[in-house]
Amino acid sequence: MINASLKQLSQALATKQISSVELTRLFLDRIARLNPMLNAFVTVDAEKSLNSARTADARIAAGTAGPLTGIPIAQKDIFCAEGWRTTCGSKMLANFVSPYDATVIRKMHGEAGMVSLGKTNMDEFAMGSSNETSFFGPVRNPWDTERVPGGSSGGSAAAVAARLAPAATGTDTGGSIRQPAALCNLTGLKPTYGVVSRYGMIAFASSLDQGGPMAASAEDCALLLNTMVGFDERDSTSLDRPVEDYARDLDKPLAGLRIGLPREFFGEGCDAGVMAAVRAAIAEYEKLGATAVEVSLPNSHLSVPAYYVIAPAEASSNLSRFDGVRYGYRAEDYDSLDDMYMKSRAQGFGAEVKRRILIGTYVLSHGYYDAYYLQAQRIRRLIADDFVEAFNSCDVIMGPTSPSTAFKLGEKAADPVQMYLSDIYTIAVNLAGLPGMSVPCGFAGGLPVGLQLIGNYFGEAQLLNVAHRYQLATDWHLRRPDGVE
Amino acid sequence: MSLTLEQVQRIAHLARIEISESEARTTQSHLNGIFQLIEQMQAVDTRGVEPMAHAQELSQRLRPDAVTEENRRAAFQAVAPETEAGLYLVPKVIE
Repeated sequence: MINASLKQLSQALATKQISSVELTRLFLDRIARLNPMLNAFVTVDAEKSLNSARTADARIAAGTAGPLTGIPIAQKDIFCAEGWRTTCGSKMLANFVSPYDATVIRKMHGEAGMVSLGKTNMDEFAMGSSNETSFFGPVRNPWDTERVPGGSSGGSAAAVAARLAPAATGTDTGGSIRQPAALCNLTGLKPTYGVVSRYGMIAFASSLDQGGPMAASAEDCALLLNTMVGFDERDSTSLDRPVEDYARDLDKPLAGLRIGLPREFFGEGCDAGVMAAVRAAIAEYEKLGATAVEVSLPNSHLSVPAYYVIAPAEASSNLSRFDGVRYGYRAEDYDSLDDMYMKSRAQGFGAEVKRRILIGTYVLSHGYYDAYYLQAQRIRRLIADDFVEAFNSCDVIMGPTSPSTAFKLGEKAADPVQMYLSDIYTIAVNLAGLPGMSVPCGFAGGLPVGLQLIGNYFGEAQLLNVAHRYQLATDWHLRRPDGVE
Repeated sequence: MSLTLEQVQRIAHLARIEISESEARTTQSHLNGIFQLIEQMQAVDTRGVEPMAHAQELSQRLRPDAVTEENRRAAFQAVAPETEAGLYLVPKVIE
């Protein structure tokens, strides 16, 4: 059961091989045993989880269960869940118990009947690529506990990789689903911007943030995505479009598929071991009937600079709500209203969050707006146009998810720029608003390597198909780390 | 471009984040490293390129001007640092 797919778990629940309460206990026991080593969860509430499991069992007994009813899932601690402490990895929200559900949570708990096992650790306010900026301490990678799991959805990634949960939610602003998925040997999907509601998902950079699934396989991701999507009038950028079944095309043959290989993703700057695994995966795709064509994303080298203007600008605005008045941390001592703001924010935010607020404040300030913010928005257009051009000659784009495998804890923590560059292949996708995935494609030095798949707008079903066919032909995604039995 | 210590302190004040002089110095060196990365943008000729604010070119939706939310003041104020009689308390602003 620990390693079972969501489909297998669904079957086991439907045929009464196991109850949701039993299944939930199984994973709660693993969390109790292994979380002290990994620090993947920041909040667990067994009673709450078991209550949801009892409700799910009643639905199964009554014959009103959906395909995922009763299946446990880990929730990234960026999603507000009523009655659950929701911290976003920050001291600012260390005692915040959410009075409402995010739309994603409401859909999972309500219609889908899934059971939340707890809230997973993350980089503070999702700002980080290693999970080291969390107020609750770093998460350790189950593949090597001296190494980072990636970030910002590092807790979700470590939890699923160590099978403390069958699947998890994540969010991705510049690679925060795909990069940790790559570093922990998982399948993760960032949908097209606007497909998954952002309501109740604590905002970092609103024009880039998108929630999505992290799981062991593309098939699992498809089933989860089906529960997460849908128009939501509470999110002003939610897209009103027909409902799709993201699992509908999983088995479609790949004959005739045109894979675009951006020349900029296959040059210098990527570890040789990562590159070898990615090239082997593309060779496997050719065996499955696909053809590779070279494409170009000539402005992709500008994606990191543009992102580090746009994302901090939006963050500085979004995080101005944390003022110590309506919710969150308030300093103990202060002598005026202004002093209360200044001290609450100085004490409540960690170093990386403060850095990004300061960058954002600067690039939006009078006299610098045109040179930085407007220039970044123009470059964003160039980057998005590159993808439009590339998709004229291919169906999906492939390349590495991350330029390296999991790095050591502390290795990049002192140098923000080195940390930022670990998202060099993922950020352009968020700027353009496209769907992207990471799929396990081998190992380098004993550590997992992720293959990035980038689709055209609303191409999720095709991406999942492309990933699933590869997973039928390979077994990388089934490999599990030692030491977490 | 290079930020001075005074500029860092000024930005921190605009962002309402208290910063000590030694923190400001560390921050100054980090921010200058980051801006060095960002400066790559300045070499690009973007004349005539329409700025892109958003991945989907959407206009804001309008909804009927009707009450849709119920009053949950007690629940929302339960998470506030300090309230009294249904009001949020802050230090005195007007003498």
